[in-house]
Amino acid sequence: MSYLYFPGCSLRSTGRPYEESILAVFRKLDIPLTELDDWNCCGATAYVSIDENKAFTLAARNLALAERMHSNGNAGEDLMAPCSACYLVLEKTQHYIKTDEGVKRDVTAALQRGGFDYKGTTKVRHPLDILVNDIGLERIAKAVVRPMKGINVACYYGCQVVRPFETFDHAAYPTTMDRLVTALGARAIDWPMKARCCGGSLTGTIQEAGLRLNRALLLEATKRGANVILTCCPLCQHNLECYQKRINRRFGESINIPVAYFTQFIGLALGIPPKELGIQRLFIPLKFAETPGKEAHAHA
Amino acid sequence: MKLPTPPAVRTTATKSPPPMKTVVRRLKFESELDLSFGEHVAERAYGQKLLSCIQCGTCSATCPLSQYMDYTPRRIIAMTREGFKDEVLNSLTIWLCASCYACTVQCPREIHITDVMYALKREAIARGFYPARNPIPVLAKAFFERVRHDGRNTESRLLITLYLRTNPFKMLKEALLGFHLFRTGRLTLKKEKIKGMKEFRTMIDSAGPQKEAVPL
Repeated sequence: MSYLYFPGCSLRSTGRPYEESILAVFRKLDIPLTELDDWNCCGATAYVSIDENKAFTLAARNLALAERMHSNGNAGEDLMAPCSACYLVLEKTQHYIKTDEGVKRDVTAALQRGGFDYKGTTKVRHPLDILVNDIGLERIAKAVVRPMKGINVACYYGCQVVRPFETFDHAAYPTTMDRLVTALGARAIDWPMKARCCGGSLTGTIQEAGLRLNRALLLEATKRGANVILTCCPLCQHNLECYQKRINRRFGESINIPVAYFTQFIGLALGIPPKELGIQRLFIPLKFAETPGKEAHAHA
Repeated sequence: MKLPTPPAVRTTATKSPPPMKTVVRRLKFESELDLSFGEHVAERAYGQKLLSCIQCGTCSATCPLSQYMDYTPRRIIAMTREGFKDEVLNSLTIWLCASCYACTVQCPREIHITDVMYALKREAIARGFYPARNPIPVLAKAFFERVRHDGRNTESRLLITLYLRTNPFKMLKEALLGFHLFRTGRLTLKKEKIKGMKEFRTMIDSAGPQKEAVPL
């Protein structure tokens, strides 16, 4: 089992702890990852607002690069995209190349001018899907050295990892991450807003609306007793964490809840040192990260 | 984006009554509408299903942002279908849509509502139907240029461009957040770039023909 890895622009910037923790967890589980050579930006939601054909071509170049690397025997055929926006854009491009004749014709022609002959075999995967459905909860649970007992987790999926295609989980009430954190010994709280939108880039553009969406999510998670919110998208993490102070000031709230990547949480349970998981980069400190529970000592 | 300020409370009866509001209501007849607009958009949003909307309102109920929109998604669909082109392209709704696809998965008619919103955004940008400092089209354009130039996006540089083109004072407001991100190693000015730049641009520039180029 090996995977091609598409970092995307966010994981090289605001999402840096996400990349660090993904690489650390996959190394610990002995799953080889090969970075997609010369990958380009997926186009996010902005490119398609300007020109659809160019947006599809942009994303398809990555799919074609992945196919080429796979057929040269350099990696598996699954392309892992950890950022929800990258994941959906690549997945959607693949979907429309397969189902829409017009898109297929235009994109194939553009790719050929760049020297690519894309057959359409690349499969786009999200690390959450890979960890739970390929590697399996049993194998992850066996590797746990520090069960995350007594920690209440609000699993937040956001939008684009489950919608609109529902590739590996339900569109409105997904459970993959909940099962994962349960296998690590933590308790996943039940909350109805786990797949409600965080507003994406609205916090940077129409901030008044963006802050309100995040406030609703943060209040609900706090009310239901969560100690931490776990996300699987760099933009969700950024929105929920970095704007907490502003939300408190703007609406007179007193929210203070850490927001981490689900891979950081797995890493802690697997006994990876917090520094290697980028825990120190979080704005709101994860208190339980530095103090291993009794269980960890029993195993040592 | 400013929320409407509530009217000032009048404390004494001696003050003069508020000036009479002039409400302009105008009938719009078919001759003023663009009757082909609905079909034009439907074609660009994958399928004629847009035209089969039953106006149930599930999209508006599902949308986490509909309460802040000037027209709810259901109304946008109806107005698009009936040819209210100017109203639709001038609406805030299309810019508030954050592409979370909640409406798309719930729609009983399987209308790709998020794709409809994208198609409307493209029409509005191509035709200049937005306020000069509306940050979303500016962000989309800046992003488009940056990626065409480098093959990748550098978040810090994109944000600086956005603030310079919309509201430079906002950059000061965001400076503290930027500093914290920088301090924790989550923001860098280092440019991300790809190697195969020449082929990349050939591909992007030649991609087409752009469907939107068809005149309305």
